[in-house]
Amino acid sequence: MCGIAGLFLKNRALEPELGAMTAAMLEVLTDRGPDSAGFAVYGDGTAGFVKVTLRAPVGFDFAALGHALQVGATVRDDHAVISVPIAREAEVRRTLQASYPTVDIVASGTRMELFKGVGLPALVSTRFGLAGMSGSHAIAHTRMATESAVTTQGAHPFSTGPDQCLVHNGSLSNHNDIRRTLIRENMRFETQNDTEVAAGFLSWKLREGAKLDEALTAALDTLDGFYTFVVGTESGFGVLRDPVACKPAVMAETDDYVAFGSEYRALVDLPGISKAKLFEPEPAKVYFWERAA
Amino acid sequence: MSSALKQMTRIEPVTFDLACEKLRDLSVALHALPPQTNQTSWQILNPRGQHAVAVGVTVPVSIQIDGHVGYYCAGMNDGAVITIEGNAGPGVAENMMSGIVHVKGDASQAAGATAHGGLLIIDGNASARCGISMKGIDIVVKGSVGHMSAFMAQSGNLVILGDTGEALGDSLYEARIFCAGTPASLGADCEEKPMTPDDKSILIDLLHRAGAQADPDDFKLYGSARTLYHFHVDNAGAY
Repeated sequence: MCGIAGLFLKNRALEPELGAMTAAMLEVLTDRGPDSAGFAVYGDGTAGFVKVTLRAPVGFDFAALGHALQVGATVRDDHAVISVPIAREAEVRRTLQASYPTVDIVASGTRMELFKGVGLPALVSTRFGLAGMSGSHAIAHTRMATESAVTTQGAHPFSTGPDQCLVHNGSLSNHNDIRRTLIRENMRFETQNDTEVAAGFLSWKLREGAKLDEALTAALDTLDGFYTFVVGTESGFGVLRDPVACKPAVMAETDDYVAFGSEYRALVDLPGISKAKLFEPEPAKVYFWERAA
Repeated sequence: MSSALKQMTRIEPVTFDLACEKLRDLSVALHALPPQTNQTSWQILNPRGQHAVAVGVTVPVSIQIDGHVGYYCAGMNDGAVITIEGNAGPGVAENMMSGIVHVKGDASQAAGATAHGGLLIIDGNASARCGISMKGIDIVVKGSVGHMSAFMAQSGNLVILGDTGEALGDSLYEARIFCAGTPASLGADCEEKPMTPDDKSILIDLLHRAGAQADPDDFKLYGSARTLYHFHVDNAGAY
């Protein structure tokens, strides 16, 4: 069992509230996943720069790292987001790998920041200041581990491509086979986790030119197991449930937002929920919303 | 003493507000009702999607729930009339023994699962596995149902005014399925059957009791082909 909360704003006036709304939804889902939590937020980007979310052991001096790399760093507990000129991204990544062995690159993208950790969802959310974040869409997850250990690396979301993230409720049965196939396609994996393989599969499809909805449709044919996925891209938000639809999912749509919750409880305090269109996403059907440029 | 317990001493509808009172206190109050209670009318406010609201009631009281509920609402109901003014999460009225559960909105998966008796009315749609392993309950769904509905259904009646998802009535025993719409597919061992006058009178009675506006002549009856009941020696190679 796990819990998923997702929020995609149509009304830009709500963007300053995105983090607070997401944090409230996440905390409600604590009893679906009390061992770890995480979230991705799509906030403002700066033209010509890429945001790289880093994670390091507690006490690591990110300010010194930012100074050494000559990039801006925003520290949030044991994570930091550095803002890197696109032209320098490859060089910065090489330097991080060569000179900072305790620093993990969690995610990167023009708009996405991604934070995750072990512990009760409310504590994880507070540590990173989720409630104060703004943006256009966010995806959050509470984890009750089944397929791999309770570690920060095993927490969701997983990101395997720029501005791409995925959260998962369920378990996959053919992830080892697909991981081997994707490794031959030069995809890289950090864990033995099944969800990371699903994220990697979608990133591979996107890399090969598929649109998000096309990648999700391909996942239906390739991934075996139980899943409710919520995925994010720089401009989009998608939902997919396996054909058996074991794992719960409720959605609410208004003129202002599209919201996803593993249970209706997570949606109950959203503005205008009493007039929202409430529905369960159908099995094996790709749902996808994209933000106008 | 909670406000609900104070009200129980008078013969008036009890209002229980789950926004400020605990679900556990509601359950304790409902479970403490004696069979001859005069406190027969209950109203539950602000369920906010909570799980297991009005579960295990064994007395013939009337309970109205104003809002959407989570998992297992009205589970194991034995005699109460429970109305949900909203949507119900997974397993509404699961294992009901008797009484009526009426969902005014949509129901999630496994509505009426394993239930032995009573009547479950769903005004909207029900999602997957509606009536799974039902054992005597009557279910009337005014909209459509999802895949694998009436899976391994043993007895009782499932009436669907709309369409159904894949594999309707898979591995069916002796439950009757009446459907006015189109099944996406029939499951293993489920087949269309001729509707006898007795079958039709059951359907007419259920439509009437559920307040469903539908022409009985629009329905087809589906039942078990009874080929999966017993081990068949021709299938030995499959094991």
